This record gives sequence, C-alpha cells and structure tokens, in this order.
Amino acid sequence: MSLSAGPLLAPGRETLPPSSGSAAGERRALRTTRAIVWYLPAVAVFVGAIVGWELIVGALNLQRFVFPKPSAILAALQANWAEGRFALLPSALATLQEALIGLAIGTVAGLVVAFASARWVTARGILLPLAVAANAVPIIAFAPLLNNWFGLLNPLSKALMAAVLVFFPVMANVTRGLVQVEPASLELMRSYAASEWTVLRKVRIPNALPYFFTAMKVATTLSLIGAIVGEYFGGSATVLGRMIVQSASALKFDVTWAAILLGAATGIVFYLVVVAIERLVIPWHAAMRVDA
Amino acid sequence: MATATAARGGLAATGPGRPAAGRRRRILVAVALVAGILVVWEGVKLLGGVPWRTPLAQPGAPVLWNPPFRWEFANDLNLPHIWNIILTFGEPWQRGADRNVARFLFDAALYTWREAAIGFGLGALIGLILATIFVHSRLLERALVPYVVASQTVPIIALAPLIVFALGANVQSVVVIATYLTFFPVTIAMIRGLRSFDPRALELMRSYAASRWQIYRKLRLPASVPYLFTALKIAATASIVGAIIGEGPGGISDGLGRVIITYNQYYITGPEKLWASIIAAGLLGVAFYLIVLAAEGAVVRGRPGTAEG
Amino acid sequence: MTAGSGPPSPTPAAAPVVRVAGVDKTFRRGDRVVTKALEAIDLDIARGEFVSLIGPSGCGKSTLLRIVGDLTAPTSGEVTVNGKTAEKARRDRDYGMVFQAPVLFDWRTVEDNVKLPLEVLGWDGARRTARAREMLELVELGEFLRHHPYQLSGGMQQRVAIARALTFEPSILLMDEPFGALDEMTRERMNGEVLRIWEQTGTTILFVTHSIPEAVFLSTRVAVMSARPGRITKIIDVDLPRPRTEQTRELRRYFELVTAVREALRAGGGDLDDSGTVGGAASAQRTIAEGGVG
Repeated sequence: MSLSAGPLLAPGRETLPPSSGSAAGERRALRTTRAIVWYLPAVAVFVGAIVGWELIVGALNLQRFVFPKPSAILAALQANWAEGRFALLPSALATLQEALIGLAIGTVAGLVVAFASARWVTARGILLPLAVAANAVPIIAFAPLLNNWFGLLNPLSKALMAAVLVFFPVMANVTRGLVQVEPASLELMRSYAASEWTVLRKVRIPNALPYFFTAMKVATTLSLIGAIVGEYFGGSATVLGRMIVQSASALKFDVTWAAILLGAATGIVFYLVVVAIERLVIPWHAAMRVDA
Repeated sequence: MATATAARGGLAATGPGRPAAGRRRRILVAVALVAGILVVWEGVKLLGGVPWRTPLAQPGAPVLWNPPFRWEFANDLNLPHIWNIILTFGEPWQRGADRNVARFLFDAALYTWREAAIGFGLGALIGLILATIFVHSRLLERALVPYVVASQTVPIIALAPLIVFALGANVQSVVVIATYLTFFPVTIAMIRGLRSFDPRALELMRSYAASRWQIYRKLRLPASVPYLFTALKIAATASIVGAIIGEGPGGISDGLGRVIITYNQYYITGPEKLWASIIAAGLLGVAFYLIVLAAEGAVVRGRPGTAEG
Repeated sequence: MTAGSGPPSPTPAAAPVVRVAGVDKTFRRGDRVVTKALEAIDLDIARGEFVSLIGPSGCGKSTLLRIVGDLTAPTSGEVTVNGKTAEKARRDRDYGMVFQAPVLFDWRTVEDNVKLPLEVLGWDGARRTARAREMLELVELGEFLRHHPYQLSGGMQQRVAIARALTFEPSILLMDEPFGALDEMTRERMNGEVLRIWEQTGTTILFVTHSIPEAVFLSTRVAVMSARPGRITKIIDVDLPRPRTEQTRELRRYFELVTAVREALRAGGGDLDDSGTVGGAASAQRTIAEGGVG
C-alpha cells in the first residue's frame, strides 16, 4: 500500500566528493559535513513548522480545539504517559506487540512461499498472479472476519491482519530477488557444476537480500497499519487505535494528537531499525549505491 | 557494471506485457486457483463442518450429510457454505427491505467508488505537482520529501477521526482520507519517473535551447508514464482502502465501509452477509485496478517495454 | 578443415584436449528454424595451445565456445574434452570460464570472489585463502583483496575474473570476448597479462574475439569463421617468436599474419566490425529499468 523511499532520503552520489585523492579520515569528515548540509533543509522545515504552528494557533486562536499547540500535545503526552483513562505507553506497546507478531508471522510465511515459488515454476505461475490480485483487493476488509475468527479480544486476530498485509510484499519481492539473478552468474555456477543448493546459497539468497530489505521497510509500516485496522473493528481498549478513536470522541484532541505522535514515532523507529539491520547485513549494497 | 540493486517499488507488479497465449494461461491459472480454494473450503466442511442442510434452510430442516468430525473453525459461523454466500446476494439486504443484497452492495460500492475516485484524482494531481516541484528543486526535495515519506508512517486510520472532526462528518472528509493515501505512491514514483529520461536526450534538448517547460512536456513527462501507471495501480487500491476506512468515523451510511461495519455487527445471525460485503469490497478493488490497467493499455500502446518504478 | 599442423610445444601427438567433430547448431522457435548458427564444425585443440575464434558478429563463435563448455548443447555432432563428453568434463571441473562481463558478485570482496569456485569444489578454508591470494598476486591485484568489485575499474574486474577462473587449475580456459568491453590501451595491457599467465601456467586456452590484432598477438592458431551459417573457413598458424612482447606488434611477420586473417575474413564474406559488440546488453537493461534517482 505504500512505496519504499529509502534511497530518496540518502545523500545522492553527485553530492559526494570523488573517492580518489583525499585521505580516508579527511573523506569521512567531509562526508559527515555533507550529510549535515544535506539534511539541513529538512530540519529547518521541521523547526519552522513546529514554531509556526505554535505561533499561529496561539495568535489566531483558530481551530485550537482540533489542532492544539505542539506544547499542549507534549503536555498531554506527558500527562497520559503511563496511567489514566488514556494510558498511552501501554497502548502503544500493545499495538507494537501485535504488529511485531504479525510482522514475524507474515515475514516467515512470505519467505517460505517465496522459496517454494522460486524453486518450482508451477508454484510461481500460481502465486505471483495471486500476489498481484491481492494488491488490488482492499485486504483490510478482512479485518472484521479475522476478529470473528480468532476472538475480538485476542491480540492474534490483530496480529494476523498485520501478517496478511506483510505477507504479500515479502513474498513477491523475495521471489523476484531469488529469480531475477543475472543469467551470466548462473552460467558461471554451471561451469563449476555447482549443485542447485549451492547456487541457492551462493547466488540466489545474496541476490535476494536487498529485495528482502526493501520489502521489510514497507512491511514495518504495513504491520502497524494492520494492527491498528484490526483494533479499529473492535477489541481491547488499551491499544493505540482505540485510544485515538476514544480520545477523539471524548473531544480530547490533545490526547489524540499525542497518540498519533506516538504511533508515528513507533513507525519511524521501526523503519529505522530495519534500515540499521540492512546496513549491518548488506553493507556493500548501501556503499555501492553511494560510492559507485 | 550491472548492479544487483533491489527493485524499489514496494509491491510486485506483473512483468511487461506478454503475448495473448500468456494471458490465456494466466486466466486459466486464476480460474484453477479459485476453483482450488472452493474445493478446499467445502472439503473442510465436508470433513469437519456441522451437518449439511438444504441451502438457507432454517435450523431443524432435514440433514443431508453428517460430517465425521466437528472442527470449530469449519462451522457455519466461521466458514459458511459457499452456496449460502452466493444465495445471500439474492436476499433482501435487511428484513423487509425491497432491495436485495446484491443491489444494495452494488449501490454501496458505487458510492464508495465515487468517493475513492475523487480522492484518487486529487491525490494523483497533488502527487504529480509535488513530484514536478521536487525534480526541479533539489532544495525543496531535500526539505520536504522526508515528510512526504514520514506521512505514511502515520497509519491513516489514526488520522481519520481527526480529519472527520476537523472537516465534519461528511463526504469531504472521506475524500480527504482517500487523497492522503493516494498522493504518496504517485509522488514517490513520479520523482523517479520524471528523472528516468535518457540523459543524452536532455543534452539534445539543451542543444535546441528548449525551455524548462518544453523539456518537461516533451521529455520528462513521456518518460515518466510507465512509472505513473505503476503508482496509479497501487493508488487505485489505496484510495478504496481510504474510502472504506474513512466512512466509519465519517458517518457515511451509504458506502461499503459502513455496510461492512453493520454486517459485522450482525455476524452471529448472518455471517454470509459479512462475506458478501467483503467480496464486494474485493471486487470493487479489482474493478478499479482493471480500469487503471485499461487506461494504461490505451496510453502506452505501441510503446516498447515498460519500466517498473 | 581440421587443424593441420601439430601443436608447437609439449605432449607429443597425444589425444587433443578438445575435439569438436561435425558440430551443427540451429536455433528454433517452435518448429521453425530461426538461425543456423553453426554448421559442420571440426576443431582439435592440443594441450597447451592458445586457439582464437574470430569472425563477424553473429558467426556463432560464442555459441561454439559455449558448446565446448557445455553451456549449450549442439544440435548434432560431438564434443570431446580430455576424452570425455563435454558434460562429464564440466562435472569434473575441467573448465575455467571468463565472460565478456566480469560477472563478479557485488556482495563478495575481491578475495571472496576468487574463492567462489574453491568453495563449490569443497576446498578447506586455509587452502582456499592461500590459493586465492596466490592467484591475485599472479594478476597483480594482491593489494585489492578487501575491495569490493564496484570499487575496481573494468580492467581490474576482468583480471579478478581471470584469477577466479585459474584458481582450481582447470585443464582448459574458455574466454568469451573477455576484453571486448575494455578500451584499446587497457586491452593491449590485458593481452600481455594473459600471455604471461598462459606461459606461467601452461593451460590450454580457447579464446573468442572480434579483434584481429588481439587474435594474432595471443594465439598459437587463429580459427577464422564466417557467418550464416557459421563455419570455420580457415585456420591460420601463428608462427611469431616467443615470448611475445610489445615489440612483437612491430614485426613484419605480425603484419603479414594480421593481413592474412583479415583476408580470410573477407573471403568468408565477413565484414569485421570493430565496434560491434555482442552481449552485455542484457545486463545493461536492468540498470536502466531501475530508473535514476541519485
């Protein structure tokens, strides 16, 4: 349901100094400086927006009700952090737990099916069209059904909504990564008389890793969306989705905003964790993108 | 040197157009797949469901088949008979109503589609405008694109209640939600698409002293068409998701979102109706996707291989 | 049309390393013959020889090399390598392949790329490392062990590919336009390298090229091919003195041989296109499909 935009956020190659000439340390320092300059406009916009919001809401007294000042939102966040009717932290943790379980289930299922469909052409013929069809269907419509199946109060029913959303991009992307190997690489392995298993380990899986991480970046957001959609159709009250709806219907918009802020922060942290793991597991990939 | 860069589009799209034989095979596979699901479905009920009775019969009707096992997940509440789901389309949508479920769902789907389509159009337009600005200004791109991306980490259903309170419980808020879900894939894909032209072509245009507008019109925009349609296909589904989700807090009673919530409440007495409404939502998504696909076919006909964004 | 003269060096009159007998290759789509790529190919290569296949684009020289390496099956005819079928030879790891593109794995360092075939062959770790380093010294890339392929120039990448092909001492090296993508200066230097390695290792090389000077400079024999259908029209013995150096390129005999090859190509109807490169397009395509943001 969303496109990953990782590379758009990184400094482009044209802004980096040529890799020859300067010493390594010097180059690193230069790169850091460049990175700061690169992100400066974004930071400026952030600060500007917060200050502007604060001032405009204060000065015009406009829609203060629905759009409280940032300071009021922070205050609400603090006041409702751990306890009270709108206990935000436990809610966020409950939602995160659903999302994580769903992410795990969806990823494992997606990987299993991807390996199967990479191995057997027939499986691929059936499963890839299914993935395309699933893209066209608003899968979230299944949320009430899952609630009915696994119980409204069971976190698993929310986790499974997340899992279904996560499954398709993981399956489709990893299948692509396993299948779309350079033909010359396969010929090289053939010239060594390498077994199918060796080709899988030494060529296909490394080739699929970048595809896998691309899918995972999308999947983090999808897992949170899945969990919150599941919550939206009923269940436990101490979850982020319910907090938002309930505080809004109680007209406590500062709390609503605080909950949204927490949800967004969770999503961003989740995303950044995947990016960090990606850097760790396939360092050559990011480096190649920037240096080459 | 060829690099193993991952395809950055989040979701898979079909490969570039294949000949008619491939299409026939794909349709065959799809039919076989649906048939397979139905066989497994009823097979499970045959083994472990509750006793089979005549379709839509009241409890107490004669038993036609008594399954050897009793699996909870296969009872008529969790997994209703397929024929009952099909037959429910012909029943009145609620007691004493003159419209049947099929007609009712069709009207609701059309209503939701209208909301989604407006949001889709607006979202695509906003996405195109944003992408156009971003490809012309590196500064604005660096300043704003992170927030375009971050906007998607806020689950939209979280924002829905707020939007509804800000704009009122009406169609406008639903449209805004659909727009919000649509603009993102279009923006991101078009930033790539508007830069996907051959750099030598840009030099050629420069040698003609072409204006920015001419370069945009004659080079960037045509080059971006495949990317645009890849994004629009994702956006079509996303806009319908947005409309369905938005109808709940938006208090829109004529659309599919509301119907799903209503039938969800009556699940115990008629799970078939919830299934019917979910099928309607699925068909609506597929229909909108096919409309975009047809538009793509009309626009890119005769172009060599399409790129995928 | 078989190789007339015997090999210039060792192993007297032994069975040839490679024997190609009556090989045809036609490409079909459905029942329709699309191209007749090879027709009635006979070729014997003795141990320690350096044989070049040269011909115009589309004459099937790469196809012939791929048939020898068991990457494609011939439509009819026989290929024998070290007295075995091509498939058996491949399974016995008799081949070292070098393609036009270096085909290095981005996720491996230079050293690990060179180790790849040894891993497939199941060598133990210490031996692998020692051997890979030895080979990288041979191609003078000892300092670049820890680099990743994308950090090397095209010529260096191709040298890694050659090192990789030599690690397990295959009895025959199959090189498919290995320097086709390099600039003229790099190519000449690489020619020197290949000769040095060939002389040091004594391996047998089958080399596909579309450069006449390259073929003459490197080979013990040059097999000239014609297109549609692809045939070997002439085999020219290269009797230049060894070791060959930069001075070799200025010998009168060198020019005579270059002219002889060129005339053989003309006689075969082949119009040699210096810029015409085959292959490589497929890998470029993917890069294009990526689109280009930063």
